[in-house]
Amino acid sequence: MSLRYLLQRLGTLLLVLFGVSVLTFSIIPLVPGSPARVTLGVQATDASVAALEHNMGLDRPLPAQYWSWLTGIVLHGDFGDSLISGKPITGQVARRLPATLVLAFAALLIGLLIALPSGIVSALRPGGARDLGVSVLSQIGVSIPDFWLGILLILVFAQALHWLPSNGYAPPSEGLGAYLKHIILPASTAGVISGSIMARFVRSAMLEVLGNDYVRTARAKGLGAGRVIAKHVLRNAAITVVTIIGLQMATLLSSIVVVEIIFAWPGLGSMALNATLQRDYPVLQASVLLFATSFAVINLLTDLSYVLLDPSVEYA
Amino acid sequence: MSASATVTAGERSAEPGRRSLVRRALRHPLVVTGGIIVLALAIVAVFGRWLAPFDPTGMDFSARFAAPSLTHPFGTDDFGRDVFSRVLYGAAVSFKVAFIAVGISGTVGVLLGLAAGFLAGWVDEVIMRVMDVLFAFPAVLLAITIMAILGRGVGNAMVAIAIVYVPIFARVTRGAVISVRGREYVTAARALGQGRWRIMLRHVLPNALGPIIVQTSLSLAFAILAEAALSFFGLGTQPPEPSWGRMLSEGRSFLQQAPWMGIFPGLAIMASVLGFNLLGDGLRDVLDPRASR
Repeated sequence: MSLRYLLQRLGTLLLVLFGVSVLTFSIIPLVPGSPARVTLGVQATDASVAALEHNMGLDRPLPAQYWSWLTGIVLHGDFGDSLISGKPITGQVARRLPATLVLAFAALLIGLLIALPSGIVSALRPGGARDLGVSVLSQIGVSIPDFWLGILLILVFAQALHWLPSNGYAPPSEGLGAYLKHIILPASTAGVISGSIMARFVRSAMLEVLGNDYVRTARAKGLGAGRVIAKHVLRNAAITVVTIIGLQMATLLSSIVVVEIIFAWPGLGSMALNATLQRDYPVLQASVLLFATSFAVINLLTDLSYVLLDPSVEYA
Repeated sequence: MSASATVTAGERSAEPGRRSLVRRALRHPLVVTGGIIVLALAIVAVFGRWLAPFDPTGMDFSARFAAPSLTHPFGTDDFGRDVFSRVLYGAAVSFKVAFIAVGISGTVGVLLGLAAGFLAGWVDEVIMRVMDVLFAFPAVLLAITIMAILGRGVGNAMVAIAIVYVPIFARVTRGAVISVRGREYVTAARALGQGRWRIMLRHVLPNALGPIIVQTSLSLAFAILAEAALSFFGLGTQPPEPSWGRMLSEGRSFLQQAPWMGIFPGLAIMASVLGFNLLGDGLRDVLDPRASR
C-alpha cells in the first residue's frame, strides 16, 4: 500500500468526519424551540429562558458555538450536559458505550456463525437442495423486521419457555451466567439478520474462488474436496469475508440501535431514541456523533484491509 | 436531421432487446414471486378500505382481546378493534409512505448521481463527499435524528426516509452513468453539439436505468421497514390511524394475552419487504447481470 493512498484515504476520512460533526452540531440550531425551554419547562418566562440561553452560550454566533462544542469533545471528551438531568453526558456515554460494543461484537459473532457455514454449504453445490434452502432462509432473514424478530424471540424464549430474560442488562459483576443470559436474545436478533445478509456474500465469495484455475488444478491433481476447500478456497475467500464484515457494519449498527430499544439494552442506540422522545438534544448529538464516527472509521479500516490482504487490488 | 436519424436507429435497434428483457423478467422465478406478492399487497393497499369487514378505528369493548375467529380472522386488540381490518388499512399507509419517500429520494438521488457521474470533476467531488457524510450515519439513527428535528408525524417520516436513501440512489446512478458515459452514442451526441442536460436525460439516463430500477425495488422494501420502525418508536404514524409499525408497538404490551396483536402486523411488514426484495433481486439478475450475485 502506498503512503500516498493511505494519506488520501485519511484525508477523505477527516473530510467526512468534519461533515458528520457539522451535521450533528446542526441538530440544536435546527430544532424548533430553544433547548433552554426544554430544561426550564413550558411555563418558564421568556426572561429566564433568555438568561439560560446566555449561560449555555446559545446566543453566540453559530461558528463560535460549533468550535467550542467540537473542541470540548475532541480535546476534553466533554459532550456537554443533559438538558433533562443537567448531568454531564460523558458519564452516560462511558457507561453505555461498552454495552453497545459488547452487543455489536456478540451480534457479529452470531452473524458469522450463521453466515460462514451456510454460505460455504450452499456454494459447494450451487442450485442444489441445500443451496435453495439457505437462499430461502436468508431471503426471509433479510426481510424480517428486526423489531418484530425481537418481539417473536421474547414471546417464545422469555414468555412461553421462560429460558431467557425478556429485556434489560446484567453487569458482569452479577455473574457470567446472568450476563450471558441477558445478551443472547438481543445479540441473536441483530445477528440473525446480519448473518442472513452475510451468508449471500460468503456464498458468492466462495463461488468466485471455486471457479479459479488453481482450484481446478488442485482438484485435477486429485486433492480431496475437504483439502481443496481448507487449503485453497477458504484462505482466498477470507479476503472477501473481511470486506463483507466491514460492509455489514452499516446494517449491523442500524440493527443494534433498534435492538437496544426493543430489549431496553442500556447502550448508545436506546440513548438516542430516549433523547429524541425527551427532546434532550445534546444527548442525541453524542449518540449520533459516536455512531457515525465509528462507522466512518470502520469503513476506512475495511478499505485498507482490503488493499492490504489483496495486493492485486488497485488503489486509485 | 441526421442527429435524430442516428438516435432513432439506436433506439430501434434497442427495441427487440427491451422486449426480450421483459420476456426474460416475466419468466424469472424471483421476479414472478416478488411481483405477485407486491401486486397482491398493492391491491390491498388501494382497495383495503372496501375489503375491510370492520371500521379500523371502531372500538368494541365487549370484544377486547378476542382470539382469531371467523368474525375476526386476526383477532381483536385492547380496544376491541378488528386487527384484520387494521392490517388492511395499514397497507395503504405503508405503501403511501414508501412510494412517496422513494419517489423523492429516487428523483433527488438520480439527478445528483447523474450530475456527479456525467459532469465529473469538482461537481462529482462535492456531491459525492456530501453523500459520504450522509452515508456515515446508520440509517435508522439518521431517520430518528431527522424526526427529532422535523417533529413526529407521517409526513415528516416520509421526508426522513427520503433523505436517508438519497445517497444510495446517487451512488448507484453515478456508477451506472460512469459505465455508459464513454459509449459511442454519447460521444456522437456531444459531437453534434447537444446540451449537457439533454445528453444526460435523453442518452445517458435511459441506458443507466437497470441498476436504478433494481435499487428502487430494494429501497421500497427498506422504506416500508423504516416507516414501520419509526411508527413503532412512536415517531411516525400517530394514533388512532392504523399503521403496521404502530400496531406492533401497541401489541408488544399484550404479548402474552393477545399474541395475534403483534404477529399479524409483523407478518404483513415481512411479506411486503420480502416481495420488494425478491422483485429487486430478480430484476437485478435480468437487468444488471454483472451485479447479480
